Amino acid sequence: MILFMAIILPILFAVFIPFAYKTIKSIHTGWFVLVAPVLLFLFYLRFLSPIQQGEAQLASVSWVPSLDFNFDIHIDGLSLLFSLLITGIGSLVVLYSIFYLDKTKEKLGNFYVYLLMFMSAMLGVVQFDHTIALYFFWELTSISSFLLIAYWYKRDASRFGALKSMMITVSGGLMMLVGFLLLYVMTGTYSIRETVAQASTLVDSPLFTVAIVLVLLGAFTKSAQFPFYIWLPDAMEAPTPVSAYLHSATMVKAGLYLVARFTPIFAFSEVWVWLVTGIGLLTLFWGSFFAVKQTDLKGILAFSTVSQLGLIMSLLGLGGFAYLVTGSAVETFTFATFAAIFHLFNHATFKGSLFMVAGIVDHETGTRDIRKLGGLMSLMPVTFTVAMIGSLSMAGLPPFNGFLSKEMFLEAVLSLISADITMMTIAYSVPIVAWVASVFTFIYSIYFVWYTFMGTRKEDQLPKVPHEAPIGMLISPVFLASLVVLVFFVPNVIGDWLVKPATAAIQSTTYASAADIEFYIKAWHGWDAPALWLTVGVVLVGFLLYKLLPKWQPIYSKWPEKFTLNRGYDTLMDGSLNWNRALSDRFMTGSIRDYLVYMFAGMAILGITTLFTQGGFAISTDNLAPIRLFEVVLTIILIGSVMAILITWSRLTAVIALGGVGYTVALFYVIFKAPDLALTQLVIETISVALFLTAFYHLPKLDKYYKGKEDNRFRFGNFLISVAVGLTVTLIGISAYSQRQLTSISEFYKETVYTEAGGGNIVNVILVDYRGFDTLFEIGVLMIASIGIISMIKLRLQKKKKGAVTNEVE
Amino acid sequence: MNMFLWIAVGAISVSLIGFLYRLMKGPSTPDRVIALDSMGVGLIALVGLFSILFDSPFFLEVILLLAIIAYIGTIAFSKFTEKGVIIENDRDANK
Repeated sequence: MILFMAIILPILFAVFIPFAYKTIKSIHTGWFVLVAPVLLFLFYLRFLSPIQQGEAQLASVSWVPSLDFNFDIHIDGLSLLFSLLITGIGSLVVLYSIFYLDKTKEKLGNFYVYLLMFMSAMLGVVQFDHTIALYFFWELTSISSFLLIAYWYKRDASRFGALKSMMITVSGGLMMLVGFLLLYVMTGTYSIRETVAQASTLVDSPLFTVAIVLVLLGAFTKSAQFPFYIWLPDAMEAPTPVSAYLHSATMVKAGLYLVARFTPIFAFSEVWVWLVTGIGLLTLFWGSFFAVKQTDLKGILAFSTVSQLGLIMSLLGLGGFAYLVTGSAVETFTFATFAAIFHLFNHATFKGSLFMVAGIVDHETGTRDIRKLGGLMSLMPVTFTVAMIGSLSMAGLPPFNGFLSKEMFLEAVLSLISADITMMTIAYSVPIVAWVASVFTFIYSIYFVWYTFMGTRKEDQLPKVPHEAPIGMLISPVFLASLVVLVFFVPNVIGDWLVKPATAAIQSTTYASAADIEFYIKAWHGWDAPALWLTVGVVLVGFLLYKLLPKWQPIYSKWPEKFTLNRGYDTLMDGSLNWNRALSDRFMTGSIRDYLVYMFAGMAILGITTLFTQGGFAISTDNLAPIRLFEVVLTIILIGSVMAILITWSRLTAVIALGGVGYTVALFYVIFKAPDLALTQLVIETISVALFLTAFYHLPKLDKYYKGKEDNRFRFGNFLISVAVGLTVTLIGISAYSQRQLTSISEFYKETVYTEAGGGNIVNVILVDYRGFDTLFEIGVLMIASIGIISMIKLRLQKKKKGAVTNEVE
Repeated sequence: MNMFLWIAVGAISVSLIGFLYRLMKGPSTPDRVIALDSMGVGLIALVGLFSILFDSPFFLEVILLLAIIAYIGTIAFSKFTEKGVIIENDRDANK
């Protein structure tokens, strides 16, 4: 229970934030908010030791027990790592936002409510063991992210970015839900842990691959993988604390969490490992390649985030190979998982600090455009130092933590070549792609710092006079930057306490607990380590290319605008809108004739196909009564009258013939011995003929208005449909009569009409006694009809008095 | 006896078909109205014959009703052909 309270603590906090914001004006609302993540961070720190010993924390809160929906909480190494990142970076981001967002100009109440909502959602995603609960909180992250991106909702770009991220992540989330449901169909449980236990038997299921693809779609859309990364650069319209928190450190890693969490289930399939590795590498390359194109500071960071997420994703994919191989190769691939988690942690630290740096630069100079910036080094020394540390760590240089994880990454991709797996030809290309991507990573990291802080100052282009940021705004990035350096010197503290338990959670079949993992992170591998020489190569080639950047950067503008993914997204959105509009314009003609055609054609097609494909058609002559002469005569009269209605050009003839039909029907009632029906039919028929005649005066004459006109020509389609409808009803009638299976209930009425109900007229007794309820409502219908007629006539008269304006509007 | 009744039914049916021919053919509306009125009378006769054939008193009400509404219907049609409306609006008449 306390674990569940911890998850929803931020949301509970959020309830009181608006009150605090409204009543306590003198203190920045962020200070109240700060309490929640700090408390939670300290709370989760307590679990470090037990989790490292392999004692997972379990809790369950009942939600819908009858459907087996529960908030099952399961904290293992992976969940704990994420929880600490969420609350830790959450605290720093809240602290940063206190100085970043102005107390008087911004709607702080909204901001912190959304942020706390997001924090709860994210904690839920990483801690729930129940797939439905996970999905529930997963969508909550999408919604709160949507709200945060559109925080400055008066800007068009903010709303566009929010909508785009919402569309992409929610559609992915929906796919993921279907994947989860397929898993439930296969295993009969919503619990991820119980699914893991059954994992090795699931491979044979035909649904398995489908579930993999669907769950991966959820993960890829959330973690901004190719080709779904396009929402992330547009989400940069959010306030910088949001970008730092959601779009670098936490939400975009939810997809990575999902992949890591489901690795013990899905990694038994080659589809999974190759998809995760392949898409990860593609994203890594694509993101790093296009990051150099960007001119907006946050744009560079967004593409670098995409690229780094791809790196972690591909490492998780490589880690999945551990489930497919045997022998010493298992350990080689587990190392990839270890590297993935380590880099995940490192990325959160340096990318968080870099975003805060971008926010500071924006805040103090008034622009994020890299073309207007430059020479800020001497003006903003602290910011510059943080940026330098973050960028070099991102580039993978010593003495920063990015170096360690980048080396581990290169080592892991190299191990793919030596391993014995299928599709070796693809495997050879993996290290090459990884290396090229690393070169571009180096280039954009240097590009980011140098173009912002080095070179000449362009003060005339800046909206504000630049100066160093206030101390409060610097606390968080400096703290993160010092972590970046600190981790390089004592990597194994992080390795032992955070990374190994998480690795043990992902590679649960190989390692029972974190203590069994024997990896040791070291900065120096010796001269013969291939990863070292690859890094040296990255630095050399990267530095060379950076120097030549002005020469080759124009190639980005050569890329045709038509083939960008953003254009594809716009085309899809506009296209679906236009296509749907065209479709509804095509079918929703507004003409009742067309709608009747749809309805009758549908009825005839459905009726006849069902009748004949399902074997419903039957003709039996067993129960038929003999045909009498006067029935034949009456039928001829009936058909003659109907034909007269159809072919006449005089409306009066049609009305009279309709009366003829009605009276003939009344006569049928007589010969089939239904006196009450005959009576009613005669009266009603007379009244309705009289009504027709009343309306007659106002109706156009058929021959004058329609004869020879396009509108009323004989249409073969209409003829066909009317024949088909008649045929359908006739065939259904014949089949139904031929296949009567039960005797009628009417015997009961006959026997009891006098003894039970005390009446002689069986029809009337049924109407008012046995089934009087129907009669009541038919009386109601008549009442409504008469009131309707009166009101229609009366209201129309009143409108006329008011004038013709309202009529024209209609 | 029965035979005789059936012959009567047949004869009236034939006359009904005749009326129907007039109803369809026209040529003018009064022709049709009279055809319809005659059909009503024919129906009265038919119902009466059926009541005897079925040996049932329950259809005598139908005969009465038919007689009334055939009359009303014909009057309504006649008034319509004469004046163009069935129920005159007082306000219209005063204008």
